[in-house]
Amino acid sequence: MEASSELNRRVFLLASGALAIAVVAPFETAGAATNGVASKPPLLPDQLDSFLAVEPDGTVTVFYGRIDGGQGLEISIAQMVAEELDVPVARVRMVMSDTARTVNMGGASGALGISRSGMHLRSCAAEARRLLVEMAASTLGVPANALSVTDGVIRAREDAAKTISYADLIGGRYFAAHLTWNGSYGNDLVVSGRARTKQPSEFKIIGTSPRRKDLPLKVFGRLDMVNDVRLPDMMHARMIRPKVAGAVPVSVDERSIAEIPGARVVHIRNLLAVVAPKEWNAVRAAERLKVTWSESHPNFPGHDQLHAHIRNAPVVRRHIQTENGSVEEGLRNAVRVIEGEYEFPTQSHASLGPACAVADVKNGEATVWTSTQKPHYARDGIANLLGLPPEKVRAIWMFGTGSYGRNDQGDATADAAVLSQHLGRPVRVQYMRHEGLAWDPKGTASVNRSRAGIDASGKVIAYENISKAFSRLNTATNEGRAAHVLAGHLLEVPLEPDHSFEVPVASYTFDHKRLGWETIAPLMERASPLRTTHLRDPYGPPILFGSESFIDEMAAGTSADPVEFRLRYLSHPRDREAVRVAAETYGWDTRPSPRNAQRNAEVAVGRGIAFRRHFETFIALIAEIRVNRSTGVIEPLRYVCAHDVGLIVNPETLRHVIDRQLVYGTSRTLFEEVRFDENMVTSVDWATYPVLHMASVPQSIEIELISRPEAAPSGAGEMALGLVPAAIGNAVFDATGVRLRRVPFTPERVKAALA
Amino acid sequence: MAERFTLTVNGQAHTVDIDDPAMPLLYALRDELGLSNPRFGCGLGQCGACTVHLDGRAVRSCTIPVSAAARGRITTLAGLGTPENPHPLQTAWIDEQVSQCAYCINGWIMTAAALLEEKPKPSDDEIKSALSDLICRCGTHGAAFRAVKRAAQG
Repeated sequence: MEASSELNRRVFLLASGALAIAVVAPFETAGAATNGVASKPPLLPDQLDSFLAVEPDGTVTVFYGRIDGGQGLEISIAQMVAEELDVPVARVRMVMSDTARTVNMGGASGALGISRSGMHLRSCAAEARRLLVEMAASTLGVPANALSVTDGVIRAREDAAKTISYADLIGGRYFAAHLTWNGSYGNDLVVSGRARTKQPSEFKIIGTSPRRKDLPLKVFGRLDMVNDVRLPDMMHARMIRPKVAGAVPVSVDERSIAEIPGARVVHIRNLLAVVAPKEWNAVRAAERLKVTWSESHPNFPGHDQLHAHIRNAPVVRRHIQTENGSVEEGLRNAVRVIEGEYEFPTQSHASLGPACAVADVKNGEATVWTSTQKPHYARDGIANLLGLPPEKVRAIWMFGTGSYGRNDQGDATADAAVLSQHLGRPVRVQYMRHEGLAWDPKGTASVNRSRAGIDASGKVIAYENISKAFSRLNTATNEGRAAHVLAGHLLEVPLEPDHSFEVPVASYTFDHKRLGWETIAPLMERASPLRTTHLRDPYGPPILFGSESFIDEMAAGTSADPVEFRLRYLSHPRDREAVRVAAETYGWDTRPSPRNAQRNAEVAVGRGIAFRRHFETFIALIAEIRVNRSTGVIEPLRYVCAHDVGLIVNPETLRHVIDRQLVYGTSRTLFEEVRFDENMVTSVDWATYPVLHMASVPQSIEIELISRPEAAPSGAGEMALGLVPAAIGNAVFDATGVRLRRVPFTPERVKAALA
Repeated sequence: MAERFTLTVNGQAHTVDIDDPAMPLLYALRDELGLSNPRFGCGLGQCGACTVHLDGRAVRSCTIPVSAAARGRITTLAGLGTPENPHPLQTAWIDEQVSQCAYCINGWIMTAAALLEEKPKPSDDEIKSALSDLICRCGTHGAAFRAVKRAAQG
């Protein structure tokens, strides 16, 4: 129970079978320490105590206003703090996103956990060490520069008798020390102390691979997730969703559930739910409830016609993000123009567990237990939705199903809060499977178009890449406003959609280059099952599928080897090194694609490469696949991934993060597409939203970490997966000479393309 | 009217009063007995998150009525092994650092444990086939396969 007890607040089973929340006051056993102050300064980012505490027993508590559901940030950031403080990493405990105890550092967002918050906490730890050494100098009567620290004990180098521990100096008390803070919250929050952080040559803990602390709890079935929070007097709720998108409840026949013990209806404007003291009775009531719905005719184009719709829809916002030279001039001077178009489907977060949350709203205060990636924003959004001041709302993050973006957890949290406020008792909302697929905010479908102009020498002189898609911010990337949760839509708050998409970070140096995007109106504005938002690597897969497939088209169009072609136009040393290391590790033989020899073979093998830079992360992925012409089945055989993230904090955990996301990326490439007809999403379970199973896992995944201790650490949580669609598509082209232009590469689609 | 059942879970007998005998076992384990495992994933027997052993067989507790489980011996992940006395799969799971969110973990470990019980030295294909209808959204499939292999090699 170690990791859970680290939360200082445990949900545990009482003898009666009821569960209650135990609140352990921090520092209740304060020892003899006399430095610092006894009461905690306000929870503001300019206070060291907001980020770090030395407990009476010498453990160090880190207050991390983000979360780690299992990718390994928790251990990695503990390492960064332990390194700067000179304490064993086992002695560092992390409190993750609890709005009463942490400041908003952004939640899980953009794979920024280490590169931003980890670096800030490192600076806090260095500052704490500096202050502790100063305290020791005065207590021991030895100059600070004559002291050294080992395992949280400060010693005079010249006098072995003069030692004092961190716990004795300040354990259970507070530094009351100021940090430099830039005044921002969330991803933009920057804090630093005066102390310098260590040089790479001084590292003892950064660069090693201690294991995650959450895993034993998970493996032995001892971890309480948000799903397991049970409060006295709690009601179980199930939301009632319409069969036709846009329909709202007109009347509800409460007698239809009269025979189910304790079941009752909650109907507030267009939000409809059933609640019951027993969970199964809530499930039964939801199945049985008779509702008359309003007429609705969404006239969705259906998933098969979606890309035609995107092509034809009027552009709402057009944005050219990069413009070098003049693409028109380049195309005029070209002897040949190549064009390529690539389609990406709507995809669901499709978390393994549909969302769950618990809320307790009473006496003008609210507490929510949530597994959203961004609990601080959920707090703000719930305050907004319930009409409470934000300081009266506490959001406590708990482990839950993996989310990987703005999935449905934020919606369930808001639903629970609304229902609890209405009923005046705690409510647990558990979505059902169909809600987790049909009602979560989606990753948008897109059409990615490229053009290139090539001169007489075979050089690419003009390149244009434009995406057309629904906005990735139709629903915001966090739940900080009532307008951005489903409950807000159903309670008829004014909507606040935004329009945005992205471009590939193209480090390719073409003389004339234009990168841009266009967005179109949503298919339905309010309470749409096709709301669009951030899905893991929010624009990587759709854009890179187009751009990196098209780079290959240009290589093939100029009879160039795909690796050699990329290197010809990449100039940054880290870009080039990633591509070079991947090719070398794979054993790449230099030749243009396709491999002509097997063009008509029944079963053909091919290799494809894709490259990206994202922030300061540089990745090249080579996929080797086998494709069967008569079945259309693509089998991933071997992946080689060269990965440069700058400073590596925990190499083994980093390997796991890359390995797992390449498998996940394969699922999105080969299987995943949200289906819908004119009325509603029809992907409602794992049969209608197929995902990858064991049979399609790559036979081998080799990860080559490029270590750069001198470079700042960048992110790794989602950057590699975006390369999978193009790497596989390029490998199929290498094998067959046929280019796949539409994800997912289902057997039917591959067969049709190869026919 | 509520009906009374006795459920034997991890060696301990519990008496529960159930409003609806068709209620899936999962709800009895979670809601009546207050267990954190197994987990609700789909309620359709498609994903495996709710897997337990019923008389040694891996079954999906979201589709088995509590009335059908009442005479059997039920084991959950927490009953498979403990930190002091771990099942070889639990050790291997930690050695390979398999799971990320671990919401799916009941399915993988309990299904693999039933396989190893029946076939202590399975081939690679037998392992893959036994795990073929489990879902993981974090992409831990390859790592899970390696962990099962490691546990089987003891």
